[in-house]
Amino acid sequence: MSTDNSPRFELDRADAVPAIVGNHEDFLIVTGLAGTSKEFGHLTRDGDHLFSMAGAMGGACMVALGLALARPDRKVLVATGDGELLMNVGALATIAVHNPPNLSILCVDNGHYGETGYQRSHTSLGVDLERIAQGAGIKATRTVQSEEQIAEGARVLRESNATSFVLLRVKPTDPPTFKRDMNAAACRVRFRHALR
Amino acid sequence: MPDATAGPQWAHDLYKTLRKHDVTQFAYVPDAGHRVLIDLSLADPEVHSVALTTEEEGVALLAGADLGGARGVLLMQSSGTGNCANFFSLISGGRFPFVTFISMRGEFGEGNPWQMGMGKAVQPILEAMHFRVLRAEHDHEVVPTAEAALTMAYKGGEALAVLLTQKLIGAKAFQ
Repeated sequence: MSTDNSPRFELDRADAVPAIVGNHEDFLIVTGLAGTSKEFGHLTRDGDHLFSMAGAMGGACMVALGLALARPDRKVLVATGDGELLMNVGALATIAVHNPPNLSILCVDNGHYGETGYQRSHTSLGVDLERIAQGAGIKATRTVQSEEQIAEGARVLRESNATSFVLLRVKPTDPPTFKRDMNAAACRVRFRHALR
Repeated sequence: MPDATAGPQWAHDLYKTLRKHDVTQFAYVPDAGHRVLIDLSLADPEVHSVALTTEEEGVALLAGADLGGARGVLLMQSSGTGNCANFFSLISGGRFPFVTFISMRGEFGEGNPWQMGMGKAVQPILEAMHFRVLRAEHDHEVVPTAEAALTMAYKGGEALAVLLTQKLIGAKAFQ
């Protein structure tokens, strides 16, 4: 039923994430740790427009804000999971106050902590991160949990004239994997050189 | 509204020093010890003045600024250092140049027992996370210490903390 907004974790992330991102080379990309870092390592072949975290859980959105403020000429996409975002959800408030139009937030929400054994996260126990983003003051928000909502989610991520937030609900399944560079110092240098 | 032109001269000189070094992102949790710097950054159309909900946000923000080729500083109170400890692994592991100015409590002349724990723990935490720690105790030390820290960070590639000590700021200013 199209009017049913109750949470559904049914989309396959392996299809839904590439579909909502489109051409990843249009963005500078920051990811959180675990699921999204593997996913975007795979999607970009560990590209030099990607800085993915493997620690500092809760930091991805703020890294992206610093990057977006530093490079207003480029679109910045941060992709992170529900667990990573929940750890520092105040970042949504800080971001909303600045509202950079070149920043897009994609939360891939599988309702679980996949990396540590698929314990349920708050988002499969009633917490709605899109509503938290709205409450923080982020104006362009969507929840995407069915195939037919993906195009609208993709449009908001790309075309909003304000910071956008898309909550993409997916099944609790493993992301695609790719053996990415885990040396943060090497990735920093790679990213900076590519931006020159 | 407090007048940004008030406050100690060293704070105004410190702001000029930061701008001279092309610092364009000022991240902070509001703090009396940093009031002048915060007000000056808010009034400066050429910088981003970013109020945080918690200090570790600022650590991540400045890593992102560096990825984009910009420079920033984190202004926080000693208690905020504890909130940042895990995020400092992003700075040390990524070898990000980093500068934070920490207004100290829980040390020289402190009367609030709640401040004592972090007052003692700031320097050990920073050093455990591979920061170099510089201290400014007198007005005339602030700008030279800031110059040293900014050079060591932005040219030398290090992570630096400048402690604006309670001897400099004064314990009673917070009462």
